[in-house]
Amino acid sequence: MSNPVTIDAPEGVPFIDITREFDAPVAAVFEAHRQPDLVRQWMGPRDLAMDIKEWDFTSGGSWRYVHTAPDGQGYEFNGVFHVVRENEFAIQTFEFGGYPDVVAIESIAFEDLGDGRSRVRIHSTYPSLESRDGMVASGMDQGLTQGYERLDALVA
Amino acid sequence: MVDSLADERLDRAFLALADPVRRRIVARLSRGPATVNELAAPFDISKQAVSKHIQVLEHAGLVTRSRDAQRRPVHLDAATLEALTAWIDRYRLIHEQSFRALDAVLAAQASTVTNQQDPQDPNQQDTDQEAGS
Repeated sequence: MSNPVTIDAPEGVPFIDITREFDAPVAAVFEAHRQPDLVRQWMGPRDLAMDIKEWDFTSGGSWRYVHTAPDGQGYEFNGVFHVVRENEFAIQTFEFGGYPDVVAIESIAFEDLGDGRSRVRIHSTYPSLESRDGMVASGMDQGLTQGYERLDALVA
Repeated sequence: MVDSLADERLDRAFLALADPVRRRIVARLSRGPATVNELAAPFDISKQAVSKHIQVLEHAGLVTRSRDAQRRPVHLDAATLEALTAWIDRYRLIHEQSFRALDAVLAAQASTVTNQQDPQDPNQQDTDQEAGS
């Protein structure tokens, strides 16, 4: 049995809250976020290859990676780690290359639950409801750029 | 993977709903069909602009317009909307996948630590290489 993930995208506010527990000590979970070699093994959709260009999980460090779909299309994501406190807390910015200048701020709390268990709590803040829904949708769905082009053509 | 046609339709629907006016139109239509005039009434924008919004919703498959009646009321297409409400489920699915992969990484790390007493363990290499591609 895997631990359930709780995802809440509340109405009327541009937030997303994600909570998940792990049957592993908080230090191990923190390491899995810190080491790019480990990050590459778990972050993002399974069918996309993750090429980490930069990953400096320290206060003031930056990160950048490209997700490549089976059709060869690449999706670039980038941001900076505003603060990183070992085994405890981090704040990062998050920007999707296909949706430039729309930057989400994400805090990640690493919580020690004792008995070798831990919890991760992610709170994402988007600039607007539209960008939250748009970026979340774009994070999952390929072809958003094309979608925008079609929409632009339609409403022009 | 979801087939690309369905994906495209979903993209269009999301984009159509990225606009507050169109969301309000959809909200109004969820209570029943309405004419363009009725839909335009609560807004400070021209009937033409509202027509354009309805066109976008129509193109996204979110609404349809009856051909028979003279007033051509706009109807909500419940099926598309239903498909759309699944976006949070898809977002959830991706995180579910990631976190399960993280579980596997953590388990591999834990066994690597345990195996450090036994550097000959052949599984150690394998678990380290277990990258999701």
